[in-house]
Amino acid sequence: MIEAVNVFKSFEDKEVLKDISAVFEKGQTNLIIGQSGSGKTVLLKSLVGLHEVTKGEILFDGRSLVGLNSKQKKALRQEIGMLFQGSALFDSMTVEENVRFPLDMFTHMTEEEKRDRANFCLDRVRLENANNRLPSEISGGMQKRVAIARAIALNPKYLFCDEPNSGLDPRTSIVIDELIHEITEEYGMTTIVNTHDMNSVMGIGDKIIFIYQGEKYWEGTKDDIFHVQNKQLEDFIFASKMFRQIKEVHK
Amino acid sequence: MRIFYHIGRYTLFVKKVFGRPEKHSIFVKQVIKEIDKLGIDSLGIVFIISIFMGAVITLQTAYNLESPLIPRYTIGLAARDSMLLEFSSTIVGLILAGKVGSNIASEIGTMRVTEQIDALEIMGINPAGYLVLPKVVAFIFIIPFLVIISMGVGITGGFLAGSLSGEVPAPDYIYGIQYAFIPFYVVYSLIKGVVFAFVITTVSAYWGYYAEGGALEVGKASTTAVVTSSVQILLFNLLLTQLLLA
Repeated sequence: MIEAVNVFKSFEDKEVLKDISAVFEKGQTNLIIGQSGSGKTVLLKSLVGLHEVTKGEILFDGRSLVGLNSKQKKALRQEIGMLFQGSALFDSMTVEENVRFPLDMFTHMTEEEKRDRANFCLDRVRLENANNRLPSEISGGMQKRVAIARAIALNPKYLFCDEPNSGLDPRTSIVIDELIHEITEEYGMTTIVNTHDMNSVMGIGDKIIFIYQGEKYWEGTKDDIFHVQNKQLEDFIFASKMFRQIKEVHK
Repeated sequence: MRIFYHIGRYTLFVKKVFGRPEKHSIFVKQVIKEIDKLGIDSLGIVFIISIFMGAVITLQTAYNLESPLIPRYTIGLAARDSMLLEFSSTIVGLILAGKVGSNIASEIGTMRVTEQIDALEIMGINPAGYLVLPKVVAFIFIIPFLVIISMGVGITGGFLAGSLSGEVPAPDYIYGIQYAFIPFYVVYSLIKGVVFAFVITTVSAYWGYYAEGGALEVGKASTTAVVTSSVQILLFNLLLTQLLLA
């Protein structure tokens, strides 16, 4: 479980996050949604520790990121997997080397064990015959799958995904969403996904948090969304004609 | 005031770079890779620059020493000392600031803007140490070899130019390069090379590491890295000359 307690984040004079408190449950796919520029990415990066919060606390199963010494922080980091918006694969390494990288750095496995583990992770994301290819030689969807395989290589407790569907076609987006959801349930991870893709919201959102202008405006489940009485959220979710029609049908 | 901000941030960056490597075996592998990438790949340019520099120094000196009172071997001596004292360390350093510096800044800058550095940080790795320290160690290790190769090739270039043009007879040139040889000049040049290697790698990595935005900013970071490294090489050249030769 990850908790954000009264989190504030400012960049110089600009306050980007304002008093955000939220609980992200274990074994669930927790979604942070909001318009571009609403502060979702800053919130995700603050949760994961890439940004230091101005005020407030982030708790990983009760452990505060702020209070940890560098050794403890390092140990906690190894329990975190992250899927970046642009995949963030290491250009100079092959697909297999990318997945093996955390194993090389933090385990004492033999070469064979590392290869087996990398192959297992690549199989898990349904990626075959790409081990020796460079990231630049595979498609965007495949890159995302490699990034997921790398993120789960060390069996993390927490998985963070920043816009996992950006730049992908709808079919591939669904595949990536399903993978994230499956892996979360399978490994009992606490997963936080940052998205503005409504298909993801309706598909995998066990718990949803809506951010508007740096503040938490709403939280609930995907089923609650159709009964929402919040203008900003309604404007965001039902901006597309398709979702307005679904809402009508739902009524 | 901006300069103090960069000096402070650069100092903190260098402190991070010298953090303990995560895994010794991986660090050694990276250093070997960087020796190949930064050092061995620079051999060609060092060779070309040095041979032409040696040749030009010899011919220019020969054309300017027309007096019969000055012995011809002085040309060999002048070519040797110019290569040893200045060209093999400073000019090669400036050229490598362009080649190696822009390579490091653009590589690390691209990793920054494509979130690869964030990915390292999330994994619990010190990105500055993991990415930059092998480059610093590798370049400091390889630069003395490059400087010595440059000295040898430059002096040979002078010999070839002098002999082929008929300006300096071969025996005179060979006598000149051995005449009044001061071994400390080689040490002085190597010390300068090592300092320049440190400046090139850390300053270029610094600009790449803190690049923000996209391709345009990475390009700007790369240019700034080359300009800043070059200026610092010139400043350290002056400082070291005063300290070591005065």
